[in-house]
Amino acid sequence: MSMPAIKAEATAVAIPTTSPIAAAPVVTMTPKQAPRAEKYVKMAKETAARVVPPLVVLALLMLFWELVCRRTGSTLPPPSRVFKDTKELIFDPFFDNGGIDKGLFWHLSASLQRVAYGYSIAAIVGIALGTLVGQSVWAMRGLDPLFQVLRTIPPLAWLPLSLAAFRDGQPSAIFVIFITSVWPIIINTAVGIRNIPQDYRNVAAVVQLNPLEFFSKIMIPAAAPYIFTGLRIGIGLSWLAIVAAEMLIGGVGIGFFIWDAWNSSHISEIILALFYVGIIGFVLDRLIAGVAKIVTRGTALN
Amino acid sequence: MQAYLKLDHIDKTFTRGNATTEVLKDISLTIEKGEYVSIIGHSGCGKSTLLNIVAGLTGATNGGVLLENREVNSPGPDRAVVFQNHSLLPWLTVYENVKLGVDKVFASRKTRAERDAWVMHNLNLVQMAHAKDKRPSEISGGMKQRVGIARALAMEPKVLLLDEPFGALDALTRAHLQDSVMALHQKLGNTILMITHDVDEAVLLSDRIVMMTNGPSARIGEVLEVPLARPRKRLELATNPGYLKCRQRVLEFLYERHRFVEAA
Repeated sequence: MSMPAIKAEATAVAIPTTSPIAAAPVVTMTPKQAPRAEKYVKMAKETAARVVPPLVVLALLMLFWELVCRRTGSTLPPPSRVFKDTKELIFDPFFDNGGIDKGLFWHLSASLQRVAYGYSIAAIVGIALGTLVGQSVWAMRGLDPLFQVLRTIPPLAWLPLSLAAFRDGQPSAIFVIFITSVWPIIINTAVGIRNIPQDYRNVAAVVQLNPLEFFSKIMIPAAAPYIFTGLRIGIGLSWLAIVAAEMLIGGVGIGFFIWDAWNSSHISEIILALFYVGIIGFVLDRLIAGVAKIVTRGTALN
Repeated sequence: MQAYLKLDHIDKTFTRGNATTEVLKDISLTIEKGEYVSIIGHSGCGKSTLLNIVAGLTGATNGGVLLENREVNSPGPDRAVVFQNHSLLPWLTVYENVKLGVDKVFASRKTRAERDAWVMHNLNLVQMAHAKDKRPSEISGGMKQRVGIARALAMEPKVLLLDEPFGALDALTRAHLQDSVMALHQKLGNTILMITHDVDEAVLLSDRIVMMTNGPSARIGEVLEVPLARPRKRLELATNPGYLKCRQRVLEFLYERHRFVEAA
């Protein structure tokens, strides 16, 4: 197999301008060809245009922070101190010395697990209740005022009540996540269901879809853009709530890690934890947005 | 002769609060199998309401619809509708849109492979097989309406209901699609009930034209037979005296005797 390739390359070198068909396979084999390199340069330029500005801003902020907090007697550590203090935590996130003396990975995964439980329940209950309220006028009249009042209650206000009910930190935290993220999912789903065009309902009626098929084949896809708006707000809220809830219930979790660090005056660790919380919140949001993009392709148009 | 589709003394009254509006008054009409009947009238005369009653999407206040001597009062695939604004589901491909109805109607009668072939057969009938994997947003208005027709035909309806199917299309596309529907009717012999407000369209396509008076309380004002031989050719008909006479009759009805009252 290598023989003809070498031969073709030879021809290409000898007479580069003639017989483009024979030269074509060679182009793909040789790594440094002008058009490809150009493409890479263009791609690199586009990436740079998006990545460089935030990096510059970040660098400037770090510099500013370093300068402000460097003086002796400053209450907060500068970035260089933060890095020096938390090097071990950064480079070894997987250690486990028992109890709550664990690496950051374990704290974050414990928090994410609670969010996963609470948020999944909220998604299922929220879409179900939202469908009911969107579909039935009487359900809306009965439930909507209740929802409008309940959704204004701050997440942490539910915590003592749920602790009293469950008598355990874990289910209480999950309940707080649930109750925080369920409202936007309910309300957005209901709006989406209410906005399903009569035409789609007529189509379903003529084809004689049963209620279950109508739900899965018409309602969910038609309301998907709205539902995902609710889901995206919900994941953001649940990540907000988990940190606060964990501060109060204790145990393993990024919220308690922060509280514990404050009690031990490890300010650098707090800053590191905040950095991780921010990054993960961002990733969660992108994740839901990405799923939404795949699921709702086509729905937003037309 | 036994009537195939019978509209029997249909009244329709809408009630909102204390106000009641009588939209349709005593509509009776019989349609034979294979017949192409158009209902024409000014906008607001309740002709779309009448079609919805036949489709079962709206209930009649009095009277009812009989299909092969059996009362029908809920929607079903035996009276497939081609909606004015195509109503394709935007998240499904062209193929999946047609398949939705086919899967339901032929769930027990056809195997999966047969259903697939049947969907493609119907897309071929409307010359849309090439776009089977496209989404509705990727095809033109005329193409969407073709798919809408394929979806309705694929359910093998006893009566095909067309609700101003060409209303939203430009004149050239409309003519093209009218020819297609005419060819399909010729080939498959469907019974068709069409709502329209286009006089030429009604005369060109129909065996009979039902002219509605203005609402409220719209009635059937006149029924006109169109005694033109099929297949009909658009260009030849333009100078055909029979065609012109029919056209004249409908125009007179609509613009002299039942002129559209703006305030109504």
